[in-house]
Amino acid sequence: MPIAHGIAAGMGGIRTAGDLVMRMQLSRRMRLPEAKKYVAEKLKVSSADLSDEYIMRNLRSELGIGTVTSLVGGSNGMAAKFRIAELLGIEISSVNKFKEKAGLGDLPD
Amino acid sequence: MQEEILTRMGDGQLVKMSSTQVKEDIAAATWDAADRGKIPELTKAEQEHLFEIIADKNRVVSVSHGEEVVLTDDVSYIRLNQDEGASGGMGIPISPTIAMLIHERAFAQDSAVLGATGFTGKAEFNWKLQEIELTHLLLTVPMLYVSGPNMLTFYKPTGRFDNPSDLLPLGKINEARQVQEEAAAASIEDLVWLSRHLADVGVDCLNLDTIAAHGDTDFFVALTAVQKLKKLVPEMAIEMGMASEFVMGMHGQITFNGKRLAGMYPHDQLKIAEEAGVDIFGPVINVNRSRSFPWNLSRVVTFVKYTSEISNIPIHPNVGVAVCGVPMCSVPPIDCVSRVAKALAQIGKADGL
Repeated sequence: MPIAHGIAAGMGGIRTAGDLVMRMQLSRRMRLPEAKKYVAEKLKVSSADLSDEYIMRNLRSELGIGTVTSLVGGSNGMAAKFRIAELLGIEISSVNKFKEKAGLGDLPD
Repeated sequence: MQEEILTRMGDGQLVKMSSTQVKEDIAAATWDAADRGKIPELTKAEQEHLFEIIADKNRVVSVSHGEEVVLTDDVSYIRLNQDEGASGGMGIPISPTIAMLIHERAFAQDSAVLGATGFTGKAEFNWKLQEIELTHLLLTVPMLYVSGPNMLTFYKPTGRFDNPSDLLPLGKINEARQVQEEAAAASIEDLVWLSRHLADVGVDCLNLDTIAAHGDTDFFVALTAVQKLKKLVPEMAIEMGMASEFVMGMHGQITFNGKRLAGMYPHDQLKIAEEAGVDIFGPVINVNRSRSFPWNLSRVVTFVKYTSEISNIPIHPNVGVAVCGVPMCSVPPIDCVSRVAKALAQIGKADGL
């Protein structure tokens, strides 16, 4: 059933930018249009582009924020979340916990 | 002769209805929702839009480019590795971590859920927390953890408190209320304990699910826990998904912030959830198996549209089996599921599902 909902009306997770919009709802309580606008501005694309696999696949790979298909040397999981937190200007708890354990400070500019 | 529309009943069976019958069901159901909830009916244009979605000849329907919404759920990993009783699980013998990665990368969902399956007590919780830490290393989408008041587990024969369902038939109303308040205090303590540990290992969002399943006391537990957690661990978001459209008065007198919880409909539930500090609210509208799919979906959209209109936080209507228009059957037909998603995104103005 999640696949049916996804095909009918879902953004597409890391196929596109659904996880990024989801993070803005969780971290800032943004309603959908506001969350899409915020993420689109950060990615320098339009709100409609956020659900476009053709655009987002290459952009996610370039930005190192995780891709749905596996890439040797690509970023997924924790590495991708480090970059997502920086890109969106939000705190991600698991990233902060990892930094504490690894003795890492903020990422360099 | 009118063209027949192939649709379904609330239990999932295929039926043929005329366009007049479908329109009459849509009109009757929006009136029913408006009457019960004291909210506006769908406009004539919205009713016509809903009719077009339902009458679409294509088996699967979808929103237009740019109208997509995000998805949260309550059973990601359970769906893959457990049985039908546990939210439609498929019984594939894989770990929760692997199941979540499949949910993220093969199902392309915007978030993924872990939960308390296998958790039998506080002493055994460490390995669940380690499972969360390990999964964080691999998962890119936000991680939700599903839990809730689980009030029934506090009452006999499972729990340590007398069961109010045994007391009420005996006319022991005050005793039934008293025991619910005692069980509520214990449930709040457990929920806060659990959630603080989840925040300690970086869970993105606590998904409080099937809230008010045991009525107003259950709702009170969830609201009070949210209020406490927003002070203790504000970095962890909280989604609250309801159990039904109407809060039953198992206690009858219990209040939160001075408001009586029994009898609340989705728009009232939303406002009290906002007051408590909930970040995402999941309204539920009941499904009537004996009514048509158009009748059920019209009620759903009427309630959700108004709830979304007055909301200050994202709204994710619960669209699992037998709620918000999805038929009450083990394997919900894709024609209904896709129509529910489209109608809630386009007319209900949902922020997610």
